[in-house]
Amino acid sequence: MADNRSVSRGTQRALIGAGVAAAAGTAAFLLARRTGSGGAPIEEISDAPDHVWRRGTSRYDADLFGKTVTICKPREQLYAEWRDFTRFPRFMENVERVEKLDAKRSRWTIKAPAGSSIELVTKITEEKPGEAIAWESKPESGITTEGRVEFLDAGPGRGTMVRLVMRYDPPGGILGKDIAKLFQREPHIQARRDLRRFKQLMETGEVTTNASPSGRASESPTEPRI
Amino acid sequence: MRALTWHGRHDVRVETVPDPEIVNPRDAILRVTSTAICGSDLHLYDGYIPTLRAGDVLGHEFMGEIVETGPKSTLKKGQRVVVPFTISCGDCFFCKKQQFSACDNSNPSETSDASRLLMGHPMGAAFGYAHLTGGYAGGQAEYVRVPYSDIGPIVVPDHLEDDQVLFLSDILPTGWMAAENCDIEEGDTVAVWGCGPVGLFAIQSALILGAHRVIAIDHYPHRLELAKQLGAEILDYREVDVREALDEMTGGIGPDACIDCVGMESHGLTIDNIADTVKAHTFLGTERPHALRQMILACRKGGRVSIPGVYGGFADKFPLGQLMEKGLSVKSGQTHVQKYTKPLLDLIEQGKIDTTFLISHHAPLEQAAEMYRHWHDEQDEYTKIVLKTEAAKERQPAAEKVAEPA
Repeated sequence: MADNRSVSRGTQRALIGAGVAAAAGTAAFLLARRTGSGGAPIEEISDAPDHVWRRGTSRYDADLFGKTVTICKPREQLYAEWRDFTRFPRFMENVERVEKLDAKRSRWTIKAPAGSSIELVTKITEEKPGEAIAWESKPESGITTEGRVEFLDAGPGRGTMVRLVMRYDPPGGILGKDIAKLFQREPHIQARRDLRRFKQLMETGEVTTNASPSGRASESPTEPRI
Repeated sequence: MRALTWHGRHDVRVETVPDPEIVNPRDAILRVTSTAICGSDLHLYDGYIPTLRAGDVLGHEFMGEIVETGPKSTLKKGQRVVVPFTISCGDCFFCKKQQFSACDNSNPSETSDASRLLMGHPMGAAFGYAHLTGGYAGGQAEYVRVPYSDIGPIVVPDHLEDDQVLFLSDILPTGWMAAENCDIEEGDTVAVWGCGPVGLFAIQSALILGAHRVIAIDHYPHRLELAKQLGAEILDYREVDVREALDEMTGGIGPDACIDCVGMESHGLTIDNIADTVKAHTFLGTERPHALRQMILACRKGGRVSIPGVYGGFADKFPLGQLMEKGLSVKSGQTHVQKYTKPLLDLIEQGKIDTTFLISHHAPLEQAAEMYRHWHDEQDEYTKIVLKTEAAKERQPAAEKVAEPA
């Protein structure tokens, strides 16, 4: 019994030692890769979109965030749906209304805390039918933002990869956390959830909700609960 | 309506809550007649699932009559249906591949973030379970809102009793998929760990799917007796060394396929709880991960391991080298219920599968809290509990077997 215990303790020590050595080796390997031999800048080779690049690489952008989902529908159909900004309130949680001002410009009314709202005027800056739409906010808006949605073939029989990439530049005096408050959530969480709701709507014809009864008096069986 | 709600560890109550309503076009409202308590409800009862909230309505094995339909539901009022516990849209990549439990749309975007963090991808939704799986009210209630009602519910013929078809909702397809995942070949011996409802259905399914022999392992004498009735050879692990017994019974080769119908109960689904679980398993080692470790060592070289048992996070001391060196194949997952309901209903109608032998008790929904206590404390005697609502009395005035052993 005593022997067993000492053997297992020895084994444990050996394992811990091996683990530490492995971790150190991995770290050394990664550091070597990041700096390159002799400290020279290394060539960046990854085939990944801009918003996933690490801090310290040339393509890193702290204000950029993005998310991609696969939607089992043809690119053209999804493009047409997104091109009509007035339909955004169906899947964008905090967007109350979008009015079309002209072929390129829209006025967004966004729900803000305490029943107030903020307005945003956006202009479409890029239109590639079936492929991509990009927009940016006009100077008169309360917030500076830009977005781009891309529609990519997902492979035979798999529909379309829809990639939403956005950036928020807080205007002077407004901090990132105020934007989060303004939008009810961190903008990247909001954008990710909005994109999932777009997917639900396109694939199932409805936005998924768990609205159902509970024993909590504060809840309604027709409202979603988290 | 009356519904069973969860309020904390070992605290469930039947109380009055609002009736559900149609919210989305594909919804239907079901008036429940029969609803069962599942083994996995015990995880909730024991308080191991932290994304459950006080007041949540439990239950994911239920059936009844359609009383209301949304404009895009394909069901009709008055139809009698069984509802799969997995909520699946039928339109996403996964549903189109018939991997229904992996549905990418049923977990609302607000609740799917947590499972995305934990599992790497958002999980599909289920009725009456944690908010991690969507936070939908369950079926231990008089009425249920059924989303995507054109995809999930299966209409059942009137000549079949509730008890014969109720388990199409979960445990029958779960046992069946567990056996199917064994890729059974002629002459195969299949070993099944755990003779609860899923294990018993896995035994039956393995035999139907062509297993030469099934060996069942448990320690509850009554459950082993049921396994024997189905045609399995049985092992009480208190009496014999399971690995040695399996080796001797298979001529030194080992079972060709092993099914884990035990699962690992004591784990939570949040990061901190998982850390606790990892610690617990490192230094304590409960009986349950022991079963999976044991079956990897017991399984024959090149054999198959099927895991329908529920696990939630990270396991320690997992025999990964043994898995690799022996060349085992592993299949697992929550059940793709919608894939199996129709063929299994056919087997029930043809009398090829017995779905009622395991029901030990019936009780009215009003006694659900008491039944949870029995289910938790008296597992040898209580092998399956079916709760009946008032609606069941209207439908089957003859079936008055309330609160008595079946």
